[in-house]
Parts: sequence; structure tokens; C-alpha cells
Amino acid sequence: MSRVELVSRRGFLGNLFSAGALVLGAKVLPIEALAAGKADQAAWHPSVYLGLETDGTIIIVAHRSEMGTGIRSVLPMVVADELEADWKRVKVEQAIGDAKYGSQNTDGSCSIRDFYEAMREAGATARMMLERAAASEWGVPVSECKASNSEVIHAASGRRLPYGALVTKAAAQPVPKKEELKFKSPSEFKYIGKNLPMIDQDDICSGKGTFGIDVRVPGMVFASIERPPVLGGKVKSFNDQEARKVKGVLQTVRLEEFKPPHGFQALGGVAVIAENTWAAMQGRKGLKVDWELNGNATFESESYKKSLLEAARKPQKVVRNVGDVDAAMSRAAKTHEAEYYMPLLAHAPMEPPAAVAEYKDGKVTAWAATQNPQAVQDAVAAALGIDKKDVICHVTLLGGGFGRKSKPDYVVEAAMLSKKVGKPVKVVWSREDDIRFDYYHAVAAMYLKAGLDAKGRPNAWLQRSVFPTIGSTFSADAQYGQEFEMGMGWVDLPYDIPNHRAENGPAQNHVRIGWMRAVANIYHAFAIHSFIDELAALAGRDRVDYLLDVIGEPRKVEIRPEGLNYWNNNQPQDKYPVDTGRLRRVIELAAEKSGWANKKPSKGRALGIAAHRSFLTYVAAVAEVEVDSKGALRIPRIDIAVDAGTIIHPDRVKAQFEGAAVFGTSIALLGEITAKDGRIQQSNFHNYPVARINQAPYETHVHIVPSTELPAGVGEPGVPPIAPAICNAVFAATGKRIRELPLRKAKLV
Amino acid sequence: MIQLRVNGKSREFDGDPEMPLLWYIRDFLGMTGTKFGCGSGLCGACTVHINGAAARSCVTPMKAVAGKDVLTIEGLSENGTHPVQQAWKACNVPQCGYCQSGQIMQAVALLKEKPKPTDQDIDRVMQGNICRCGTYQRIRQAIKMAAGVKA
Repeated sequence: MSRVELVSRRGFLGNLFSAGALVLGAKVLPIEALAAGKADQAAWHPSVYLGLETDGTIIIVAHRSEMGTGIRSVLPMVVADELEADWKRVKVEQAIGDAKYGSQNTDGSCSIRDFYEAMREAGATARMMLERAAASEWGVPVSECKASNSEVIHAASGRRLPYGALVTKAAAQPVPKKEELKFKSPSEFKYIGKNLPMIDQDDICSGKGTFGIDVRVPGMVFASIERPPVLGGKVKSFNDQEARKVKGVLQTVRLEEFKPPHGFQALGGVAVIAENTWAAMQGRKGLKVDWELNGNATFESESYKKSLLEAARKPQKVVRNVGDVDAAMSRAAKTHEAEYYMPLLAHAPMEPPAAVAEYKDGKVTAWAATQNPQAVQDAVAAALGIDKKDVICHVTLLGGGFGRKSKPDYVVEAAMLSKKVGKPVKVVWSREDDIRFDYYHAVAAMYLKAGLDAKGRPNAWLQRSVFPTIGSTFSADAQYGQEFEMGMGWVDLPYDIPNHRAENGPAQNHVRIGWMRAVANIYHAFAIHSFIDELAALAGRDRVDYLLDVIGEPRKVEIRPEGLNYWNNNQPQDKYPVDTGRLRRVIELAAEKSGWANKKPSKGRALGIAAHRSFLTYVAAVAEVEVDSKGALRIPRIDIAVDAGTIIHPDRVKAQFEGAAVFGTSIALLGEITAKDGRIQQSNFHNYPVARINQAPYETHVHIVPSTELPAGVGEPGVPPIAPAICNAVFAATGKRIRELPLRKAKLV
Repeated sequence: MIQLRVNGKSREFDGDPEMPLLWYIRDFLGMTGTKFGCGSGLCGACTVHINGAAARSCVTPMKAVAGKDVLTIEGLSENGTHPVQQAWKACNVPQCGYCQSGQIMQAVALLKEKPKPTDQDIDRVMQGNICRCGTYQRIRQAIKMAAGVKA
């Protein structure tokens, strides 16, 4: 097999990766080899694979997970565009987990930001080599040869050669340096910015898409697992007599408990193995397990909430300090304070966690709906005591992810069980399992206080948050917010207030805490953007004008936290500054498009605004709510203005923000997870409701700011402003200030 | 022995008559377009048609479908060409896509009952189908497009 390796040893992904590359197979690498991760015979770690077949087929490997953002289609479109590939000749292959691709953790709204340039470079490199191959074939200068739609054309002579015919020769060309590459100008783009359909759409609309739960392999058995009801609980003993009487049940298996910290380990418990899913679930009902519980069995949400709120009222660790808040507070004409609270939340993706794994000869092959196949490799290898390279993880479509499927505990369960029963095992979580054993979005309490001048403008601003940290998942004694959590809308408030202090207090976790779409931004944004709205109301000012006034002039705000670095999504501030000009612009755009100036509150109908920068993207949301005489709330409309820098696929960007409006509505109106005796009290969509079509905003209008700035996040930043925008609208409509979510618990009339 | 037809094909089943139709379709017939979402008839991901009416297969025991005609997403059209499927694609409805089989089956049933549905009709019939990605606005748009009513 002749092949050429195109190496770019320069770290074109900034400091994230040491090298990126593409492989151009002369005689193309078989897809199986790619899928099995065997193609990489080089010593370096490419982030992208591109293969061209001699028949003209172009294989682009999607290395990020598809959970609804469209990334599996959109990144290949970028490669294909720079390659001048005929999109009809492109086959997208989903990558297995392999560090050679760079990070595959599809999380943090960074797929375009981190890989847009890499994909363009890959496509442009191959295009240049094809043009050079054609030039040498024809004996003409390469400047006279132009690639177009999977052909190279020599205009002067009218000669043309399809890519397939040039593959062998192209492979022998020297690899061009980055400086030699000729990137397309935006006017030449054929796919970027053009809203092509997603590659999986036809399959999805015909029920043919394969999700994790859909995987079948020969000889596979089905598992349903009874897990310890309290985090860290252990099986003392169990009786499976009744379970084994169920037709189709094959055996029961005890799973080892994790050693703290729990990380991505399996929770332990007892699995029922059966011939089909139903038999496994029925058999599980017959299990009698005697549990040995621990201190988490005392976890109770109401008292926990009190403890968080009490901590938020006391001085805590300073994480950012500007000026002298205490002195300014004492001089203030007036002060205002408020507390905010948000409960634990569950991700509840429509596809519950599901995976198939086969352990054979010391190696594991897994098929999983996972956001992070390399984490699958790590976690399975650790659980089974095998080498990471002996874990192959195939990535299916994901039926929703929202951060839940970055944690591969369910894949570990399948792998452990397969080793024990000697067959491939499919693990499917029931909805009850999903709701009760999630990595929950943190419960949080926030205290805010402002010192106001005579005109009601803040001269001092104090904010305190207390929540169990995601750090507790990786370090049993972590109690304070981590750098990334503090960087999510807490230490980076860009308001023009001379005296500002942000604090964070400790909290002990009693359940698994994990990141959920937009993460700590959710509660931080709720508190901050509700509080600024309170201050605007106190000052008797128009809330948009007031917000713009407090944000101040367009400028770049350098964020200098205390005792930690500013996370900024791992990006330097000079590259991705906190730019109040861009923040102001989305506020102005959302206000304009929503008709803010002309829609005055009337008869229970009003607008509310909130604006938040997260994942390097600037978002303002205006929510319109209607509260009827019985207190029932409707959301007729949401306007979202977005500045996410360069946009690749405007329709999918809009779709993400439409979806974020619904996700945010669920958070604002409905979501609440509580615990009693350490056990989660919710179990399914009847008591953990999420927004349905009649509760979702009737229409969401997404307004994208045209921009040539660096690409920023899209999947998550739509979520944080939604809840405060809705609550601020409720206040304008009813005079009721919502400081605790979910809203459904509040009486609005 | 339970006899039924699935997508026009005669089938026989001699297992647990209490087993929900969903698991028969998925685990026994290997047709995975019909999805598991809640197991309690709360989310609509498992929606199929039984004798032409939308039903939640996750709470429909096999004994209840004896002698009945079951239609799944796989049997809705030959190549995804049903007008509802076409409207779904024209509006780029799916995000993750997991709930969309159930949404489409429910929408087809809605249009059979109400060929020109109002917003209230759509709310009433579609509220049983959860989409966690939040594609509701486009679902509404696609239903109206398939019905030929103004959005």
C-alpha cells in the first residue's frame, strides 16, 4: 500500500495540539482500517484523516460526536469546500476513539473553534497537491491549473482530470508548507455558509439512524442494573431467586463498587442478564438487594438548600476583587440585596445512556452513544486493568448528549459485564435510572448586594455563590468552584462598576455532579441578570438602557481574578477578549428585533432581557411572556441575538439557539431534582418534566450578528440568558420577582 | 401464540404476552426506528400506529395487538417520501433525531384526524411527544407545510 503522509508539525491549533495532519492514501486505506484505527502507522498524532479513492470517492473522517449540533456534517463540509470536492462524492466516516485525532470530547462548544482552521488546512493542502499533480501530468505551470468540483481543469487547453485519476500522482507530490497554501476567499465558498442538509437527516426521518441503543452484535445479551440507591452505597447481599424465574433471564452479576473519587467509574450494584431488554427489566424487579449505605444517605434537599443559602450570606473566598466594595457600600445612597437559588437538574437526553461492549482475548470493543470516545478508552481500560490501546470505541449517533454522555460510566458497565458473562452485553438505562443516577447539574445559591448612587446606578457590587463543584467527581474533597466554573460567568462580569467583588463558598457533594449544557453559566447568569434587572426597576429606568449604562462604553475588559486564572475557555484574552462592544451590540440587536421600545407591558404581557457572554460568544435574549388571570404562563416569543464570530452553517446555528430557548425554558419553568434520605425523588417525565410543544416558546427568532471574528461557541451559549430573561419578563408582567427556580412553584397571581 | 401484522407482514409471537410491543419491534424484529424514551407512555418516542391510530408501543402489551396492524416508521414509506417526512426534511427539523420517528408517526396520525390542523390541534396532539433538543418550532412548521396550511 503506497501512501503519503502530510504532516504539519506546527501546532496549528494553538497550544491545544502539538501537530495536525492529514493522510492522503494513494491506494486508499480501506475504511475498515480507518475505522479500526489501524491506519495510523506514523509516529505522530494527526487530528484529521482525509482519504481519496482512485474512483474519486473522498473519505472524510468525522472525529467529533453527533448529538444534534450537526458537527458530523459541518466539519466535513469545511474540508470538502477547501478541497473543492464534489459533496456527492464525499463519504463521512465516524472516527473511533483515538488520541491521534486530537480531542474528541464533544463538549464545551468548541468543535468549530478548535477545528475550523485544521479542516480548512487539510482540504487546501490536498487541493494544492492535486493541482500540482495535474500540472506535472500536463507539463504546464501549476498556476494555470485550477481545482473545481472534484476535477482539476486547465482552462487554456480545456483539459480536465478527475481527482480519482490524479490520486496516485498527487500522493507523490511534496507536502506544501502552510505558507504556500492558498485558502479560498469567502466569496468562493460552496458549502461554508450555504446551509446544506445534514448527512444523517434522511436516515433519521426514516428511522434508519443508528444510536447507541440500536446497536446489535451477534451473540449479544441484555443487561438491566440495580444500582446503589445512594452514592457510594454497596451491595451487602442479594437474592435473585425471583429474578431468575423470569423467562429469558440468563443470570445475575454483581458489579464491583467504585473506589472514590467516582469519576467515570460504574456505580456498582447487581445486573440482570437476559435474552432481551424486557426480560432484563422484568428480572430486575425480582431482585432483592440489601444495601450498605453511607453518609450520603442523610442528603436531604430542603436542609441542604438552607445550608447553601446560609453560606452565601457569609464572607467567602474572594475570587475577583476590583476597588473597595466595603468602603463603597458604606458610602452608598442606598443598598439592595437579593438571594437566588436553583435546584439540581438532570440532563434527561431522550436516548438514555446505552452501550454495547464485547470483551474478548483481553480486549474490548465498544459501541456507544458517547461524547468522548477517548474517555471511554481510559475508563474501560482502568476498570478492566487493560491497556487503553486495547479498547476500541465506535461512536454511534447520540440521542441527545447535553454533557451527560461525556461521562462514560455506562460503557464501563457494559465492558465489566461482558468480561464477566463472556458475551457481548448491551446496557440500557431505564428513564428511572437516568433520572436517579445522573451526574447532576449543580444546585446553587447566590447572594448579591449592590451599593447604589443617588441615581440608582451601582457603585459597588458584591456577588457570592455556593454550589457543589464538578471537581468533586474527580477529587473526593473538592468543595470550592473550580477555575473553569468560576470562569463561567462569575469572575468575568464586564460591568462598568468601580468596586466589585466576587466570592465563592464551599459545598459538599452528595450525588454525582457533572457538567450540563452551559454548566455554571446557568446559575451565575440567572443570579446576575436577574439582579441587574432588579436594580433597573429600583432606579425606575428602562431595563435595556440601564443595562447598557452599567455595561458602559465599548471596550475590552481585562479579567484578573484573585488566586486563579481566568478560564476563558482555555483561550488567551488577547485572542478572545471580553468585549463590551460586542455585548452591547447583541443587546441592541435583540431589543430592536423584539420591538422592545414599542411593546410596553400590558395585561400580564411583557418583555424581559438578559445578556451573557459564554463559550466566547455574546448572546442577548428578549423573552415575551403572558400571564393569565389564573397565573398560567405562556411564552409567545423569544428573540435571541448572537455574536459567535465566524459562522459556518447559519441554519444549524439558528437551530442550536432555537433549541437553547427550549432547554432554557425547561430550566426556568420546570426542572427540579430533589433528594430525601440520599435518594433522588424524581424518576421519569411525570415528576421531572421538560418543556413540551405547548410549553415551549411559540416562536424563537434568532438574529446572527454578521462577523469575521474568530469562531466561538454555539451549542451552549444560548442557554444561560433564557431563564433570567423569562423571569425578568415575569416581573415586568406581574410585579413578582422570581428568585428561585423552577418558576412552576411560584404563584404568579 | 399472538398473530399480528407489522408493516404489512404477518408475524407470530409466542413469548410473554405482557411484553410491550416496543421491545418486540426492537429486540425480536430488529427494527430500531421505534425508540425507547421513558417506558411509561410519557414521551412519545415509541409512537407507532395500531390499526391506523397512534399508540405508545412502550405501554402496549403484545396481547393487546393480537390480530392488529402495526405500522412503524420503517413502514411509513418506501424511501422516506411520505409528505410528513418530506416536510420534516424541508424544514430541517431533526437535531439529534432520536425522538423524530415518534414525532413523525404522531404527526401523520394528527393529519389523518385533522388535515388542516390549527395551532391548538398541534399543541393538543403533539404535546405527548418530547423533544429535548427543542425542535418544536420546526415540528409545528413542518406539520403545517405537510398540511398545506399557512405557517
